[in-house]
Amino acid sequence: MDSLAIAGRTVRSRLITGSGKYQDEALIPAILAAAECDIITVALRRVDFDRPADNILRHIPEGKILLPNTSGARNADEAVRIAHLSRAMGCGDWIKVEVINDQKYLLPDNAETIRATEILAREGFIVLPYMSPDLAAARSLVRAGAAAIMPLGSPIGSNQGLKTLSLLEIMIAEIDLPIIIDAGIGAPSHAAQAMEIGADAVLLNTAIATSDNPVLMAEAFKHAVRAGRLAYLAGCGPVSSGAQPSSPLTGFLHS
Amino acid sequence: MTIQLNGKIESIAEGTSVSALLALKSIVPAHVVVEKNSVIVARDAYPITILNTGDTLELLRFVGGG
Repeated sequence: MDSLAIAGRTVRSRLITGSGKYQDEALIPAILAAAECDIITVALRRVDFDRPADNILRHIPEGKILLPNTSGARNADEAVRIAHLSRAMGCGDWIKVEVINDQKYLLPDNAETIRATEILAREGFIVLPYMSPDLAAARSLVRAGAAAIMPLGSPIGSNQGLKTLSLLEIMIAEIDLPIIIDAGIGAPSHAAQAMEIGADAVLLNTAIATSDNPVLMAEAFKHAVRAGRLAYLAGCGPVSSGAQPSSPLTGFLHS
Repeated sequence: MTIQLNGKIESIAEGTSVSALLALKSIVPAHVVVEKNSVIVARDAYPITILNTGDTLELLRFVGGG
């Protein structure tokens, strides 16, 4: 499959996975292998002194791009603080900016996201902002120095699929940066649809992590993303309201 | 003396360094990032960073997330 470049770094896979919600984090290497993904997200949290040896990094193979998120940030300043702390972990300077102050739908605050992106991009971070699909906000993120734009398909963890489809199509058509559809993708068919409409990549977590068989589901998503990308490259045929016969209309036995 | 450690009051001995505190809590320094009074402490400064009474310390690490 054709490769994807983000901030000058080429990745083979158009599937980005999260590392949250796994009942057993020891599954992560097998999931990354089955998904064949290059980028994985993590979150930054206080150490649990009852579990001092916990370390998710031991489950993430060498060579993967670590994409820490700023989850927990309610405004740009908190996102910047979390980004600084994440970079101090010494695992690179990629950051998924996520600013949320709505606790019911977990919808991102685009204005604060733009502000955080501007600050962090200026400081040399590779910034991938998670946002509500809005063209004007996406253009502001481009100007702010984002490396890719990550609009949501539907609320985080909802598995509802691409409820924002028309807005996503506009963003794909109008924004020159990679568009990574993040959040809400609950089934491989949703991922395939995202890729068919021309998304550059998808980011998902819950759909794999909460499956009965996460490793098998990771493999399913790998194929769905590839199928969708190939279909996009090939170009889907036109849609028509009436039937269009696939077999010749001449030479029938009775004629 | 007491410090504020991850949001809770913690009693520690006078002169405790960040390194000593991590050892006391069985934490591998390379697995965490430390913020003291809202300033990030560089890992190579852990042995020479001595905690004072009233300090606010945050010990953070990566966990699973989306």
